[in-house]
Amino acid sequence: MKLLTHNMLTSHVRGVRPGGGFPLRIQATEVKVNNVDFNPEFTARMVPKVEWAALVEAAESLGHRSDLPPEPIPDFESNEDFLRKVHHVLMEVEVVEGVLKCPDTGREFPITKGIPNMLLSEEET
Amino acid sequence: MLRCWFFMFHYFMNLQPIHIKTNKPSLGKKPQLHGGQSNFQAASQPHSMASRGHPWDLFPANCQKGKTCLHHGLSEFRDDAPHNCFISEDTDGIFSVDLFSMETDGIGQQRLSKAEKKLRQKQMKARHTLLRHEGIECVSYPTKSLVVANGGLGNGVSRCQLLSVVQDCGLVKALLMPPGKPYSFVKYGRTEDSKKAYDSLNGKEITVEDSGQTVVLYFNFVEKVPWEDMTPTALPPGLKIIEELVLPEEEKELLESIDWAEDEVTSAAQKSLKHRRVKHFGYEFRYDNNNVDRDSPLPGGLPDICNKLLAKWLKMGHIKEKPDQLTINQYEPGQGIPPHIDTHSAFEDEIIALSLGAEIVMDFKHPDGHAAAVMLPQRSLLVMSGESRYLWTHGITPRKFDIVQASEGQKIGAVTTDIGDLTLNKRGERTSFTFRKVRRSPCNCSYPSVCDSQRKDTEPSFPDNEREASKLEEKYVHEVYEGIATHFSSTRHSPWPRVVEFLRTLPCGAVVADVGCGNGKYLGVRKDLHMFGCDRSMTLVDICGEKGFQAFVCDALRVPVRSGSCDACISIAVIHHFSTVERRLAALCELVRLLRPGGRALIYVWAMEQEYKNQKSKYLKEKRARGGASEELSSDTLEETGDSDCQSSVHPKSRCCNANQAVHAKLPVHTNRTSFGSQDLLVPWHLKDGMKKKSRHVQSHQPVGCSADSQELSPIFHRYYHVFSKGELEALCKRLDSIEVQESYYDQGNWCVVLEKR
Repeated sequence: MKLLTHNMLTSHVRGVRPGGGFPLRIQATEVKVNNVDFNPEFTARMVPKVEWAALVEAAESLGHRSDLPPEPIPDFESNEDFLRKVHHVLMEVEVVEGVLKCPDTGREFPITKGIPNMLLSEEET
Repeated sequence: MLRCWFFMFHYFMNLQPIHIKTNKPSLGKKPQLHGGQSNFQAASQPHSMASRGHPWDLFPANCQKGKTCLHHGLSEFRDDAPHNCFISEDTDGIFSVDLFSMETDGIGQQRLSKAEKKLRQKQMKARHTLLRHEGIECVSYPTKSLVVANGGLGNGVSRCQLLSVVQDCGLVKALLMPPGKPYSFVKYGRTEDSKKAYDSLNGKEITVEDSGQTVVLYFNFVEKVPWEDMTPTALPPGLKIIEELVLPEEEKELLESIDWAEDEVTSAAQKSLKHRRVKHFGYEFRYDNNNVDRDSPLPGGLPDICNKLLAKWLKMGHIKEKPDQLTINQYEPGQGIPPHIDTHSAFEDEIIALSLGAEIVMDFKHPDGHAAAVMLPQRSLLVMSGESRYLWTHGITPRKFDIVQASEGQKIGAVTTDIGDLTLNKRGERTSFTFRKVRRSPCNCSYPSVCDSQRKDTEPSFPDNEREASKLEEKYVHEVYEGIATHFSSTRHSPWPRVVEFLRTLPCGAVVADVGCGNGKYLGVRKDLHMFGCDRSMTLVDICGEKGFQAFVCDALRVPVRSGSCDACISIAVIHHFSTVERRLAALCELVRLLRPGGRALIYVWAMEQEYKNQKSKYLKEKRARGGASEELSSDTLEETGDSDCQSSVHPKSRCCNANQAVHAKLPVHTNRTSFGSQDLLVPWHLKDGMKKKSRHVQSHQPVGCSADSQELSPIFHRYYHVFSKGELEALCKRLDSIEVQESYYDQGNWCVVLEKR
C-alpha cells in the first residue's frame, strides 16, 4: 500500500462519526521503499487531491517524512525538489505488513503483502 | 436366452490398484520342506493347539502390527512391507523362535536350513493374517484345499497363470479367485496332490504378467473354502442383459456407421470429455448440466440402422418404448466413466446400452454400498429400468483389465459357477450405443433421494429480503469467486476496448477507483493515473498485489474510500452480482459517493439481450468461432453466458420466472453460451483441472441434478447473476438525483452507462 492509496482510505465501520474514520493510523511491521519513475506533472496534480496533513502524519509515523513541510509550498508545480519529496512519500514508500487502525472506533484492518483487508463483518456494516 | 453374467461381493469395493514392491532376492534354491507328508502328520498331532487355539495371541507385538494392517486393508502378502503384519524383519527374532518351537516339535529332530526356516515363518505369518483379517482358518494337516497367499486377482495374478502353477501337482478341481483379494483357493481331487503342492510350491516365485513384478506364493491347508458358500447375489433389480442381440454383421455395420471425424469441431461441453469419445443423436446430451435441450432436437434424428434395430427390439419385447436419443461412447482400454445416475428429469425410465467391439465390466452400486460388477458381453444389450436405472449408480472403472468369469477356454474340471471362475481379462476397444427417451414431464419415481425432479427446496431461491440477498451473494458470488479466482484470473487478461477508451479520456493525474477490479486488468492501463482497485475476493486482490497494483479487499456496498476523492470510477461486470434492485441501487450509490462533483463513472453489466440489432454478442458467437475452446478460455469476450431451456429441466418450477414475479422460486441454472431465459440465474463455471485448489466449495454449489457425470469433467461452480434488460441500467442510474447519464450503450452483450456526478 502506497501512501497515496492510504490517503484515499477511510474507516467505514458502522457507528463511525462523520469524518471520524480518517486518516487511518498505520502500524507497520514492514515497510519498503521502491524506486518509481518520477513524473512531475502527475505529482503536481496529486498535491491538491491529497489530504496533506494526513499524508504528513502517515509519512511521519513510518519514519519517512522526508522533510515534507506541514503545508504544501506555494508554486509547488515548478519546484522539482519539493515534488520529488512528495513523489517519494506518495509513490515510493509502501507498507507491506501491518495494520490500519480506525481513529474513531479502534477497529484494526490487517495489511498483508501490501494488501489492506477492509472487509467488514455483517455486524459492522 | 437371458444369462446372467455377473458376480457380486461385498468385498468388491475393496478392489485396489495392484501395488507390488519388488521382493527381496529369493531364497536361493527353491526350498523344500523336508519329508512334507511326515512333517505334517507329525506336526498335526502335538500341535493341534496351533490350529484350534489362537497362537497369534501369543505374539502381541505382531498383533499391533496387525491393527495397522487392518487399517490399510489387505493388499498383498508382502515380506518387505514394514506396515504390513505379514512378514517383516523386525519381528523375525521373537516370532521365529516361538513359532518354531511349536512347529519343530512335531518335526522331531530334523533340522531345517535357514532358508527353510525363513520360508516357514513367512508361510505361518500369511496363515495368521488370513485368519485375522479374512477369517480364513488354516489347518496344520493336509486337506484337499489350499489357500494361496499372494496368488490372487487382487495382486495381479491371473487365473491362467495360477492354474499353470498349481496344476503341475495334480488335477485341480476348482480354483477360486475372489475379486480384489491377494489370495486364492485351490481344490485338488486328491489330498496327495494338495500335499504335493504344499511341499513343492511353497515359496514359489512368479512374475505378475501385467506389472512384471515378482511375487512369492505361500500355501496353507484349509478345511473349508469360505467362498464356496457364497451364493451370487442377483443383478440390480430392473436390470437385464440380452446376449447376442445383434449379429456380427450388424455390429460391423453399426461401428462403421460412426463418423467420428465429422464433428471434430464440437461444443465445449463435449470437448472436455477427455476420457472417451462421445457422439450424440436425436438430442445433444449436455455434460455441463447432465441434461438435454428438449426444444432443440438435432437434425436427422437417430441413424436409420438404429431405428430398425429399436423397432425390432420393441417388437421382441426387449424394450417398452422407442428411445429418441442416442449417445455413442467409445472406450479405449484404460478409459472409463465415473459412477453416475442418469438425470431423472432428463430421461424416461428405460435406458438401454448396446455393447459393441468388446465386452466390458460395468460396476453398479446401491446407495447402501452394495456393489455388483456386471459383465456386458460383446453384442449384448443392457436394459436398465426401475431401481437399477433410478437408484443404482453405474460406471466403468478406468483400467486395462477386468475381473471376469473365466471363459470356457480356461475352465478346468468342474468349476463352480461363481468366483471359482474368475480371472483377469484384458479390455478391448468397446463402443456403446446408449439409447434413452427424453422425458417431457417431471420424474415421479419412487426414489426421491436421488431424483432431481423431487428434490427438496434447498437450492437458492430469489431472495425476498436483505439478509437472504446477502446470504445468496455470499454463497453464489463471493465464495465462488474465491474458489475460482486463480482460474478466473488466468482467463481475464484482455481489457475490453471501450473500457480502455474511457480510461484514455481521463486527464493525467486522475484518481480512479476500479470497484470490483478482479485480477486488476485495468489497473495498469495508464501509468499517469492513480488507479486503485478493490474486490470482494481476497485471492483476486492478491493477484493485483502481485502485479504491483494498488488494491484492497472490500465490499462494493461499503467502499472504504473518502467521499468525493475520485475523478473517475469504473464498475465492470459487478453490479449484476447483486441480487435485489435495492442492493444494485446501493452499489451504484456507493460508486457515485466516491466521485467528486464532475467526476465520471463507467458501469458495465451483463445484458439479458445477447442478440441486439440482429447481432449476436461476441459471447454467443464464441461457440462457433472457437470450435471446441471452452468458454473459460475465451478471455477476450465479455462474460459467461447462459441458455434458455436447461433451467426449465433442471429447475422445473422456475420455468417462467422473472425478477419481479419469481419471489421464492428457484434460481434457474443457465447453460453457457446460449441466450438467457431468465434475468436472475446461476451461471456455471467449469473449473479446469489443475485449478482445483479450492474445490471444496464445489459440492455445495452443485444442484442435485448435476451430480455424477459432471464431476468427471471438472468441478462446477455456480455464480449468481442478475442480467439487465434494455434500459434497466439507465433507469436505475436515473433514480439517483445527483447524477446525469451522459451515455448509454450496448457493448458485446453488456449494457453500459457513463454517468457524471453533478
